Amino acid sequence: MALGMLIERVAYRPLRNAPRLAPLITAIGVSIILQNIAMLIWGKQYIPFPAILPQGRHDILGATISDTQIAILLLALLIMLALILMVQKSRLGRAMRATAQSRQVASLMGIDVNRVIASTFIIGSALAAIAGVMVSAYYGLAHYYMGFLLGLKAFSAAVLGGIGNLGGAMLGGLLLGLIESFGAGYIGDLTGGFLGSHYQDVFAFFVLIAVLVFRPQGLLGARVVERA
Amino acid sequence: MTPLLSVSQLSVAYGGIQAVRNLSLDVAQGEMVCLIGANGAGKTTTLKALSGLIAAQSGSIQLDGQPLSGLPAHAIARRGMALVPEGRGVFPRMSVAENLMMGAYIRTDRAAIAHDLDQVYSLLPRLTERRAQPAGLLSGGEQQMLALGRAMMARPRLLLLDEPSMGLAPLMVQAVFDIIRRIAASGVAVLLIEQNAHLALKTCARGYVLETGMITLSGNATELAANPAVRHAYLGEA
Ligand SMILES: Nc1ncnc2c1ncn2[C@@H]1O[C@H](COP(=O)(O)OP(=O)(O)OP(=O)(O)O)[C@@H](O)[C@H]1O
Ligand SMILES: [Mg+2]
Repeated sequence: MALGMLIERVAYRPLRNAPRLAPLITAIGVSIILQNIAMLIWGKQYIPFPAILPQGRHDILGATISDTQIAILLLALLIMLALILMVQKSRLGRAMRATAQSRQVASLMGIDVNRVIASTFIIGSALAAIAGVMVSAYYGLAHYYMGFLLGLKAFSAAVLGGIGNLGGAMLGGLLLGLIESFGAGYIGDLTGGFLGSHYQDVFAFFVLIAVLVFRPQGLLGARVVERA
Repeated sequence: MTPLLSVSQLSVAYGGIQAVRNLSLDVAQGEMVCLIGANGAGKTTTLKALSGLIAAQSGSIQLDGQPLSGLPAHAIARRGMALVPEGRGVFPRMSVAENLMMGAYIRTDRAAIAHDLDQVYSLLPRLTERRAQPAGLLSGGEQQMLALGRAMMARPRLLLLDEPSMGLAPLMVQAVFDIIRRIAASGVAVLLIEQNAHLALKTCARGYVLETGMITLSGNATELAANPAVRHAYLGEA
């Protein structure tokens, strides 16, 4: 979290008024730097991650579900709910939404825009940390490069749902996961065995491109047309 | 008595362009003052400098005897200055009610906020019917009313208005100016910026004329309205 704040200061604040593409490129750059720092600290090999979540298994209607999966699902739901409540109802949440719509006008309302943006980065990095722990605990392994693909997929999910729309990002994540799983399951049949389930990662990016081409605002994005 | 707002020798530049030069003006407690001038005269620039949205090059700005120079916009808002910006600046994706509550962001006195919200709705009945609607879907006049109501929710001592009549039909302009007069009557000082000099001088007690960044005339509104130079340049008379 402290790291998130620091990154906002050095890497994003100078770009506050730059075109939208600049922060995106910075994001990729910063992620590469962080990955390399992680590599320097923990080395290049996979390291075991403690199984901090419950381990049992259950059979429900012919499908197997593990306690770990249940725990992750519940935790994720809980966090999503808390995040929605925070953004919709709390004072900070209102300040975030105002700042997202117009920094100038938000500051005229007495909102310290720099602080709100820094808080957003702190919350974002805290959520990313929780997600990282969940993924590592699920696979029992951690690796300096493991976040890269996940980050790209998370971005695809956010674009699918509509950037700047919380409910959309959550729906996007769920849909993307389903598309990926079904895709991985059936890709062999679809391509007559030419491509196997290890191609599952292509689906996320296939979806990303399709959304960008056909519905750039995302599934739930920008229903409100703004008058001049 | 020290004036509520006192500006002296304010200069603002954008890069090399001098937009405002040595501007001095003041507004007393509860007074209505207007600043009139043509397109590009520097009216918006002046208000932005007063509210901390842009940095002044030199000069001093005092609110109630306290210097404001160098404070960020949010700190100035907290001291009791509210700006209704050019083009209204409502939050388009928030509802009317949420916009109004954003005006009260700096306040914590819940009971008084609820009371003020009722007051605003009774002053602006058109907003009451639309309270759940996204502000981006309101008409221009309704957005201007919302911006005024939102500013009132901050309980400001000084209200800065940047061309509230812009882009509105004559009837709507009348309605908006009625509201401004009622806000002023409740004791809030108003600095009104207008291109519509006729209306501004009719509404305010005193006025300043801004030309290419400098104040060229100032005084009592009726005197200004009678001044041949003002009549010629701003009231469309030969
Ligand atoms: N962001 C900016 N960068 C550079 N120059 C600017 C900027 N904003 C305004 N100016 C210039 O400063 C001068 C004053 O502009 P300002 O917006 O204050 O005028 P105004 O009196 O509000 O005009 P209008 O009635 O058209 O709103 C103009 O010459 C304008 O071109
Ligand atoms: Mg202007």
